[in-house]
Amino acid sequence: MVTPVSPIYFAKSQLQFLIDVLRHRGYSVVGPTVDQEAIVYSEIQSIDQLPQGWTDEQAPGHYRLKKRDDESLFGFVVGPHSWKKYLFPPKTTLLSAERTESGWQFITRSADTTKFALLGVRACELAAMRIQDQVFLDGPYQDPLYRERREQLFVIAVNCTQAASTCFCTSMKTGPRCEKGFDLALTEIDSGFLCEVGSERGREVLDVFVNLARRASEGTSVVSNTDNDNVISPSIDDATPEQLRLAENARQQAVAQITKHMETSDLPGLLLSNLDHPRWKDVGERCLSCTNCTMVCPTCFCSSVTEVRDLNMDRVERERTWDSCFNPDFSYLGGSLVRNDTASRYRQWLTHKLDGWHAQFGTSGCVGCGRCITWCPVGIDITEEVAAIREGASP
Amino acid sequence: MPRKPRLAVFKFASCDGCQLSLLDAEDELLAICDRVEIAHFAEASSDLQPGPYDVALVEGSITTEEDAARIRRVRADSKFLMTIGACATAGGIQSLRNWGQIDEWVQSVYPSPEFIRTLATSSAIADHVLVDFALHGCPINHHQLVDILVALAEGRQPRVPSHSVCLDCKHRGTVCHVVARGIPCLGPVTQSGCGAICPAYDRGCYGCFGPSQPANTTSLVSQFRIHGHSPEKLVPLLRSFNAAAPEFQHASEQLVILRPSNEGCRS
Ligand code: SF4
Ligand code: SF4
Ligand code: SF4
Ligand code: SF4
Repeated sequence: MVTPVSPIYFAKSQLQFLIDVLRHRGYSVVGPTVDQEAIVYSEIQSIDQLPQGWTDEQAPGHYRLKKRDDESLFGFVVGPHSWKKYLFPPKTTLLSAERTESGWQFITRSADTTKFALLGVRACELAAMRIQDQVFLDGPYQDPLYRERREQLFVIAVNCTQAASTCFCTSMKTGPRCEKGFDLALTEIDSGFLCEVGSERGREVLDVFVNLARRASEGTSVVSNTDNDNVISPSIDDATPEQLRLAENARQQAVAQITKHMETSDLPGLLLSNLDHPRWKDVGERCLSCTNCTMVCPTCFCSSVTEVRDLNMDRVERERTWDSCFNPDFSYLGGSLVRNDTASRYRQWLTHKLDGWHAQFGTSGCVGCGRCITWCPVGIDITEEVAAIREGASP
Repeated sequence: MPRKPRLAVFKFASCDGCQLSLLDAEDELLAICDRVEIAHFAEASSDLQPGPYDVALVEGSITTEEDAARIRRVRADSKFLMTIGACATAGGIQSLRNWGQIDEWVQSVYPSPEFIRTLATSSAIADHVLVDFALHGCPINHHQLVDILVALAEGRQPRVPSHSVCLDCKHRGTVCHVVARGIPCLGPVTQSGCGAICPAYDRGCYGCFGPSQPANTTSLVSQFRIHGHSPEKLVPLLRSFNAAAPEFQHASEQLVILRPSNEGCRS
């Protein structure tokens, strides 16, 4: 149990010290950055790599990077990447085997020592991680790579201060407020950040960070005091009531901007009891079966495992790659495709995500991040499909 | 040890690029020769042995009467016939002639048109004979070709995915061009095989590997129309190396109907 600490306030530029502290402790810090005309996640060393002054405009099948009229560092929502690429990488070698004179020698993967610190994890993404924890860690078969990376993970959450038209975390009860599952959580206000602590590990890092930042700012405040007589507010301290109020307003702004809704009162149940609904055929005609929605979804966990060998059969590697229920080959069983048309594949995705997932893991498989809506090339909207099934549903 | 399968490579109307990918597989070539006997491969050796063959790789499309007859002889001589590349599998870029008037083309292209004897269309091998396996791509991916040859020699199923290019984009972390930039990209209807190279270099997919399974060109093209792309832009996109693949052909012909002027694009 973490003893509560009142939120700390620090100025924007101080965030660099937090990155420095984490890097000094051996973390590879990954955070949002602008690349390929979008905000993606990638390793960063400096706050200069954050998307300062950028935002995203999102709608079904539509994403545009836009300039903001302020210098916010986290003034955007979620993008095409999700953090799952760090815990459940798109491609992994699970095992290899080599032919030796005495037979096949199996070489297990050596333990992964990469320590990731994720900067900028949103509330829906924290919820997605909890879901993937269940998938990969609960039950008798744990995923070792996921476990190794997860145990070492340091999470700096960021509370959303705005929402996209595709967000519906409030329907899924996953956000926008970051409540648990982080080491530190930030809320950005005009001048700086409010920082809450969510774990012992978070507190330890915060202590080191605060000391470092204080020492540095004492140095600078001496200089600025000689330049002018104004009293300079400390750039790192316990948050004032005014700062707390500003942070709460900023978070409320995100709540107020959420317009998308998914009714969940009849989920699970609705979809699995309407397997013959005409809407499946309708969406099957629009859907490309391209897999994009499942690839961007932060909870989808399907993969394929293939044995890849060299031509001389001296070495074999067992590779695991992200796969999807929208890939026709994924349902190849016993010599034929079990789901041989797009409608049945779309139905598989929706019924698993929103219905079967409850029986399997005790939660919904959807956290309301809206990625599948934005990144569907033809803009198919999961919330609209559910609503359409509800209309004319069998009781 | 069982006899090595006898392999033959045949060329029809094509650029030779696909057969060359077999020679490009330098690292694997010796190991392939250990497993298959290359009995007929004009690009590699003038020692052309007669059939029958266990495996025939067929490159190129059918554009002349002679070739239409020759492919039947190849079929009769081969146990397993596999097309390699967009020309053999879908008719190739040369199937653009299918939408024109062959006499006009011949007159305008050749200085002595009287020497040219050709069919009015370029057609896929499967339009003439039974094809056992089709390997897509312009050119083909030689890793896939090697895997198929080894699979045939070993009697296992080859691994050639039929999913879309999008899956590979997502594996690479490429941001989608359709969504983030409004660029028309054929990736969602194109079969994987290249590893999603073009989108990784800031271009939409050109569809080199032909239609994926399924290839819902109707839905994708109507989305491109919503994005404001005109048939003038989309028809050439659909009519390239796999212009005559049924899903692409259908989509481009639908668009031609929409064009205000259909000059130069008869169908
Ligand atoms: S189903 Fe869609 S909205 Fe729900 S978590 Fe996945 S990507 Fe996000
Ligand atoms: S929705 Fe599809 S890809 Fe996602 S976890 Fe379920 S079966 Fe797998
Ligand atoms: S719903 Fe959209 S993103 Fe998902 S497979 Fe269908 S077309 Fe692709
Ligand atoms: S860029 Fe093209 S191939 Fe890549 S995900 Fe987007 S539509 Fe698919």
